[in-house]
Amino acid sequence: MSRAGALVAAVLVSCAALAQERAIPLDQLKSGSAFLGADLLSLQKDEFANPGLLWVERGEKLWSEPAGKKNLSCASCHEDAKSSMRGVAARYPRIDAESGKLASLEGRINLCRGRRMGAEPLRYESEDLLAITAYVARWSRGVPIAASIAGPARVHFDAGEAAYRLRRGQMNLSCAHCHDANWGKRLLSETISQGQPNAYPAYRLEWQTLGSLERRLRACLSGIRAEMLPYGSPEYLDLELYLAWRAQGLPIETPGVRR
Amino acid sequence: MAARIQVPAKAKRGEIVEIRVLIQHPMETGYRHDDVGHLIKRNVINVLSCRYNGVEVFRADLSSGIAANPYIQFYTVAEASGELEFTWIDDEGQQGSERQSIQVSG
Repeated sequence: MSRAGALVAAVLVSCAALAQERAIPLDQLKSGSAFLGADLLSLQKDEFANPGLLWVERGEKLWSEPAGKKNLSCASCHEDAKSSMRGVAARYPRIDAESGKLASLEGRINLCRGRRMGAEPLRYESEDLLAITAYVARWSRGVPIAASIAGPARVHFDAGEAAYRLRRGQMNLSCAHCHDANWGKRLLSETISQGQPNAYPAYRLEWQTLGSLERRLRACLSGIRAEMLPYGSPEYLDLELYLAWRAQGLPIETPGVRR
Repeated sequence: MAARIQVPAKAKRGEIVEIRVLIQHPMETGYRHDDVGHLIKRNVINVLSCRYNGVEVFRADLSSGIAANPYIQFYTVAEASGELEFTWIDDEGQQGSERQSIQVSG
């Protein structure tokens, strides 16, 4: 076979593989909000009482607050987030062009602080990082998730899928056992969701606060009695990319409200 | 303490108006222990009060049964244009306050 022929064959094989990889077909995707009761759904939709908006408001203040050696704020470069951040969160995690590394939205905000503002990175899961992330993601509300897995992102996607399917912990469960094979069924009093990431950072009643997608992943790991990795681990990032691909087309709901 | 308060900007005299308050606060119950087993001291907003042109129209005594970031909704009758002043205080003595104005016609 010629090199071109081999390439075509390889592309065809990978396309076929991709088509098979979707355990939940795109037309059956359900956001976590589809598994909420009427009370929580109305709380999420409430433009005043959604508690996540407390963080969004804080993020709005931080957006134009100068920080770091260069005394710059996010707004110094990005100006009005309403237009400049529209749809941005729907494309994360993505490869950062300068470093070639995969970055989540939180990671990207910290990269920006370091490079452009000369500021210290914000601690993962800190109130300020959650607030800015929620504020940025808020401008992607309703925008369908469209993370790219092409090019250098592909290795992360593959690693993320492997992480998704890896059996872990004392219960020897992978993500797929609940969220692909058994979503919609009951686990004690809870209905198992599809494990979609489109509402994060989200306000969880269990936490009584806003939390990142990583925190949610850690909660799942703890639930199956598996080892929790430290915040910012590459494995979480890869998994987040896989989850974003898996949720392709679901609209962003940040700040979501979850049980 | 960040807070979100919603008061209608305009109302007719005699109209019943809805007031919504959302305050960011951990509402620490006093029953939890930290990672090394020490009891975490109770710290809740214990009183929230609303004065309408200086007259108290609503007061709530809160305790450890209330979830974090409490949301409180109540009603009052729009009597005159002016200001609603909200004040609250927690067990550690931290105070918060917010003002909102209302325009009453007729």
